[in-house]
Amino acid sequence: MPRRDDIHKILLIGSGPIVIGQACEFDYSGTQACKALREEGYEVVLVNSNPATIMTDPNTADRTYIEPLTWEIVEKVIEQEKPDALLPTLGGQTGLNVAMDLDRHGVLETHGVKMIGANAQVIAKAEERDQFKKAMESIGLECCHGRTVHTLEEAREVLGEVGLPCVVRPSFTLGGSGSAVAYNRQDFDTLVQYGLDQSPITEVLIEESVLGWKEYEMEVMRDLDDNVVIICAIENFDPMGVHTGDSITVAPAQTLTDKEYQRMRDASLAVIREIGVETGGSNIQFAIDPKTGRMIVIEMNPRVSRSSALASKATGFPIAKIAAKLAVGYRLHELPNDITRKTQACFEPSIDYVVTKIPRFAFEKFPEADSTLTTQMKSVGETMAIGRTFKESFQKALRGLEVGRFGFGCDGSKDLWGSEQQPTVEEIKANLARPNEDRVWHLRYAMKAGLSNKKIHELSYIDPWFLDHLSEIVELEEELLKIESITDVDNATLRKAKQFGYSDRQLAEIFQTSEMEVREFRKSRGIVATFKSVDTCAAEFEAYTPYFYSTYEDEDETPAKQPDRKRIMILGGGPNRIGQGIEFDYCCCHASFALRELGIESIMVNSNPETVSTDYDTSDLLFFEPLTTEDVLNICDRVQPDGVIVQFGGQTPLNLARGLATAGIPIIGTTVDTIEAAEDRKQFQEILQRLNLKQPANGIAMNMNQARSEAAKIGFPSLVRPSFVLGGRAMEICYDQSQFERFVSEAFNASQGKSVLIDRFLEDATEVDVDAICDGENVIIAGIMEHIEEAGVHSGDSACAIPSYSLPQNVIEEIRTATRSLALHLNVVGLMNIQFAVKTEDGKPNVYVLEVNPRASRTVPFVAKATGVPVAKLAAKVMAGVTLDELGLDREPIPAHVSVKESVFPFRKFVGVDIVLGPEMRSTGEVMGISERFSIAFAKSQLAAGVVLPKDGQIFISVTERDKDLVAALAERLHRLGFELIATAGTARRLEDAGIPVEPVKKLVEGHPNLIDYLIDGKVSLILNTPNGKGARTDEGRIRAAAVQHGVSCITTFQAAEAAVMAMEALREEEIKVQSLQERFAERAVN
Amino acid sequence: MKQTAKLALEDGTVYTGTGFGAAGEVEGEVCFNTSMTGYQEILTDPSYRGQIVTMTYPQIGNYGINEEDVESCRPHLSGFVIRELSRIHSNFRSEGGLDEYLQKHGIVGIAGIDTRALVRRIRTQGAMKGILSTEDLDDESLVAKAKASAGLVGRDLVQEVVSEQPQEWSESLSRWAHISDQESKSDSEANLHVVALDFGMKWNIARHLRDLGCRVTILPGTTATADRVRELNPDGVFLSNGPGDPEPLTYAIETIRSLMGEKPIFGICLGHQLLALASGAKTFKLKFGHRGANQPVIDFDTGKVEITAQNHGFAVDEESLPDHLEITHRNLNDQTIAGLRHREAPAFGVQYHPEASSGPHDSRYLFKRFRDLMESGAQVTS
Repeated sequence: MPRRDDIHKILLIGSGPIVIGQACEFDYSGTQACKALREEGYEVVLVNSNPATIMTDPNTADRTYIEPLTWEIVEKVIEQEKPDALLPTLGGQTGLNVAMDLDRHGVLETHGVKMIGANAQVIAKAEERDQFKKAMESIGLECCHGRTVHTLEEAREVLGEVGLPCVVRPSFTLGGSGSAVAYNRQDFDTLVQYGLDQSPITEVLIEESVLGWKEYEMEVMRDLDDNVVIICAIENFDPMGVHTGDSITVAPAQTLTDKEYQRMRDASLAVIREIGVETGGSNIQFAIDPKTGRMIVIEMNPRVSRSSALASKATGFPIAKIAAKLAVGYRLHELPNDITRKTQACFEPSIDYVVTKIPRFAFEKFPEADSTLTTQMKSVGETMAIGRTFKESFQKALRGLEVGRFGFGCDGSKDLWGSEQQPTVEEIKANLARPNEDRVWHLRYAMKAGLSNKKIHELSYIDPWFLDHLSEIVELEEELLKIESITDVDNATLRKAKQFGYSDRQLAEIFQTSEMEVREFRKSRGIVATFKSVDTCAAEFEAYTPYFYSTYEDEDETPAKQPDRKRIMILGGGPNRIGQGIEFDYCCCHASFALRELGIESIMVNSNPETVSTDYDTSDLLFFEPLTTEDVLNICDRVQPDGVIVQFGGQTPLNLARGLATAGIPIIGTTVDTIEAAEDRKQFQEILQRLNLKQPANGIAMNMNQARSEAAKIGFPSLVRPSFVLGGRAMEICYDQSQFERFVSEAFNASQGKSVLIDRFLEDATEVDVDAICDGENVIIAGIMEHIEEAGVHSGDSACAIPSYSLPQNVIEEIRTATRSLALHLNVVGLMNIQFAVKTEDGKPNVYVLEVNPRASRTVPFVAKATGVPVAKLAAKVMAGVTLDELGLDREPIPAHVSVKESVFPFRKFVGVDIVLGPEMRSTGEVMGISERFSIAFAKSQLAAGVVLPKDGQIFISVTERDKDLVAALAERLHRLGFELIATAGTARRLEDAGIPVEPVKKLVEGHPNLIDYLIDGKVSLILNTPNGKGARTDEGRIRAAAVQHGVSCITTFQAAEAAVMAMEALREEEIKVQSLQERFAERAVN
Repeated sequence: MKQTAKLALEDGTVYTGTGFGAAGEVEGEVCFNTSMTGYQEILTDPSYRGQIVTMTYPQIGNYGINEEDVESCRPHLSGFVIRELSRIHSNFRSEGGLDEYLQKHGIVGIAGIDTRALVRRIRTQGAMKGILSTEDLDDESLVAKAKASAGLVGRDLVQEVVSEQPQEWSESLSRWAHISDQESKSDSEANLHVVALDFGMKWNIARHLRDLGCRVTILPGTTATADRVRELNPDGVFLSNGPGDPEPLTYAIETIRSLMGEKPIFGICLGHQLLALASGAKTFKLKFGHRGANQPVIDFDTGKVEITAQNHGFAVDEESLPDHLEITHRNLNDQTIAGLRHREAPAFGVQYHPEASSGPHDSRYLFKRFRDLMESGAQVTS
């Protein structure tokens, strides 16, 4: 049956900012859906608050609303656009929840909007535990024993039925947020209370524990005719007890016989039919008792998910795209399989390789957080690797993680085996029994320490099959270590090592030589990487989609270079991490689009399965490979690129740039020398002096003594940080010598042998970010962003606005001039980002240059969305040799409206962590608010970020000494807005002195009732707290952590508090309006 | 001890890997199977007689071997080609390793070759004769032997796999065939009697027939005459799968032709081809066949697509189809005939494997169709 003709306009809801549990995968699925629906002639209306997405590019959908994702706001979009249908299953849990809210509030009915794919009843049946369980029982499937409760008392009753340990799982939360295993009664009470608070419907599930069971996921698709196929089966390396997002996972399933696999397949089909997902993709999780084979259904997501993105990349089957087409009436067998062209989408992919996904964590950013992996997701990103064997894909994935590891051990300084920090057997055992991000390394230590795999299995429950493969890797290491020199290794053994996934770096470590020597040596022996294609069909049919991975075998399938077509390679950003995420993937995608528009063959290299960049549609050739020098050089050997772009993937490709350039690979755009000059303190200082630009006093140190002497010259407060690290890792402000000593030594730890930078810290300065494009002759400023929070808060964590909302024109002009001269002087070709600080000294604003990055920055997509100019794409064209004049970009775009970017933090996942902002970046994502007025744009950004700006109630104010003079004016305005104010003694006195009514409240040390009691009682609607001190152990730190726990917004800088008050005032005057980007930029040609 | 093994193709290509299973030298048609699970069922499927089977999935042996999952009493294929053999087997039902199993049954295996390159070669050149050896490691000699080997066309391989004695079948489907106990009860007490003509039948077919409530008598397809079948007075006749080219099996075609119209007939795979031949159609050899567990087939009766397990190198030629044969199913990958029904006689067949094992269970309904046909047939005659 062909497409539905009764609908014309379809609304899609995105997933909002990147948070733990919801990352780039929904940009990938949403973008695919938009493309698929428009291809069929439907008009697509998109709502998403996240500007750093390809889906919110004005040419992805017909009507793009970058607006907060609440049902009230989406209702306004519906009123304006009058769509016929809503497709709720492609925007993650957020999109699904908003759709459910719209349904619950009758909005869909009022406006005659049909839900397609899955309707509200279906979603509720899949998501509400009791309904789901009943449904499963009706088809003869088992769920975990247990049930949902709404109070602690009820929960204790259920505990009697299921026993300890048991799982506590709140309903309707993201990424299993709030889920955990309780081992004792005390844990149990805490977890239940927390879960009830977290659940939007105050409901938690108490369930029997299936800890240590084998865990599987099935990706299922269904069409309107009830044709159902399995796209991929995924087996978790980490057994039950660890959230699948935090588990190492492997595709396909490895340790099931066909009988057991088919039983799980039958169960999957029965589940999707029973739940009634009409069309599209679903994900079903199973647990299997490794001793008896007893199978339990864990849960089902009636929508595309992180796992479906992984499954799409693992198999080549585009789940989201097909799901969108099924939703509008197509049958699976009416849709072509793009990869084979000859066959249809109605089949089950067969793969002839092994896929391993490994999550990436950010616990170093949240040292107070519990690093044990549980049923609540904590990872911030993931990498995937493809190899012909599990061993190969596993080692490739470990180096793809980009955590300074190059395989399963013997890979440099981070391998603790044989070092002074080598763990004891007791430590190893503890790390095997407690799932944590380093468990994988302890598996090797355990093997090196002589623990049997049987023992390792008993402690970790990891399947012996996986363990034996790791043993094979370790045994080969031991074998290689016995050989004196690499030249003594026979070809078969060397080849075997490469087939086991050993990197040249590991071999260099084993044979005490250099990576490049290993590379040259193995090449001289003819041991070179071959590339195989991902074709959905295990080579049964010819594949047309060029999606490749490396292995060490006989036949290479890389397509030959076309004689008349240039090839340019783009290096991606690897796994998401704090500081480097979707923004850079956005840039890489744009680079690819730009190259294709210029008729150049674009080649993408990346290892992040969530992304749009690793969609086989994005580039002409896709290499799904780890981003290491070795892996990139191997690709270059085969594809012979005419140029490589390192500017767009964040720090990852920049770290490879020198190695690639040395190996003779042509890096296009800004040269590696320039990139290094901007990072090199001395050279940079000289440049600034030559250009007559100011810089805070600064120094550089290779060791502690140098650091001390530099600090003596620079004075306090000072800012210390390691060089060559993104995201402000280990960056701290030091107000005195003792802080300095501590932070500098931490910075050296994080810098991995590179230098530590020390700057004078400019207090009370306004920070400004500038993105510009330069073609070597001309410079066009793309956007000038004024930060809301003062300098000292990491630029990735602060809110900012385009255009500047408070800086005087002459300062802006000075910034422009400085940007131009820096770009030209550094000979930038492509993008550059400069951070300035404006500090008023002696009554006059002074502009300081803080940092220059001759590459795409995190703000590029925000600038593009704010101005309507596709900055990244234009920059890529410039790098390919087109001039700005030729591109028609002749002046800085000044938008008619104000755009505010706000950052989104993962604090709710890390209970007890202090939320105070600082120089170390901790946000995972961003949202954008757009309006004619700054105040409303800011209000929208807060709404989108989930910061509730209340209309009434109590506001707690507590400010640091230096803000006390300013606090009265702010409090006065809040009082006029009708809020009741409460404050601790110091602040209260100031307010009383100014004649503002305030209720004093006890500090925590002063007994009860204190602020936390107020929070628990739900009396407080907002907290304005600028910190005196930091840390989870301080009084304030505990208050802030409690605010997060109780869902009360807490603003921690004075500037943000002022903006919030301004926003609350504005919201009294006018209602929030929504407008599409297409309408906003109607006059401007959006390319 | 690991030994070198070589696989040589008639086109002159030689792959060098490591031997496993038994040592020796075997000839066969080199083909590939794209199933990611189910190597044990594939090994014991008699239809692979005369073939050297390559698994496209690279990790084989992971879950070992167990007594429950066999499709016949021993492996039948000539040789087994894989990318990597698992050192251990990990599964709660595993009773032994693949290596020992193949050793015990004298099956030669080769591991460690670029199986994807081999598959791509077969895909472009078509299925080829080949030789797998751990004894002769001389490339030229191996290629010459491969060229000189017999191949499948025109050969009666059924003779080699069929047991000589008739048998009453008693085993039902295993507990793993159902998602829950409540489903696993036999869903009918039909008391129908099926005579299965065995051409190399997979045991799961008999298990399915048992689960339908049928009494199953297995007769060797090589010797069973129409009269012998009539003597047993069955409610239906089943034509099994089996190895190789159907055309040389004139005795079987004869028997089927004679029974056609008298008894409800259901044929699977080779049985389907024999049914077509007996009805006047012709068969032809596919370039490299269909072997895997992911082949989409459309059922024209319902318009629905089922994902099927397949294993065939020959197919019914659509051009040759007489008017009294109706196409009921098609393979969606290459549009070849996947199912036929006789317009005038109660007879139908499918080219694929509704008994699965290994493979998906989407097509189980066909056994019910057979039962329905027998039941309506029984009514007509009574």
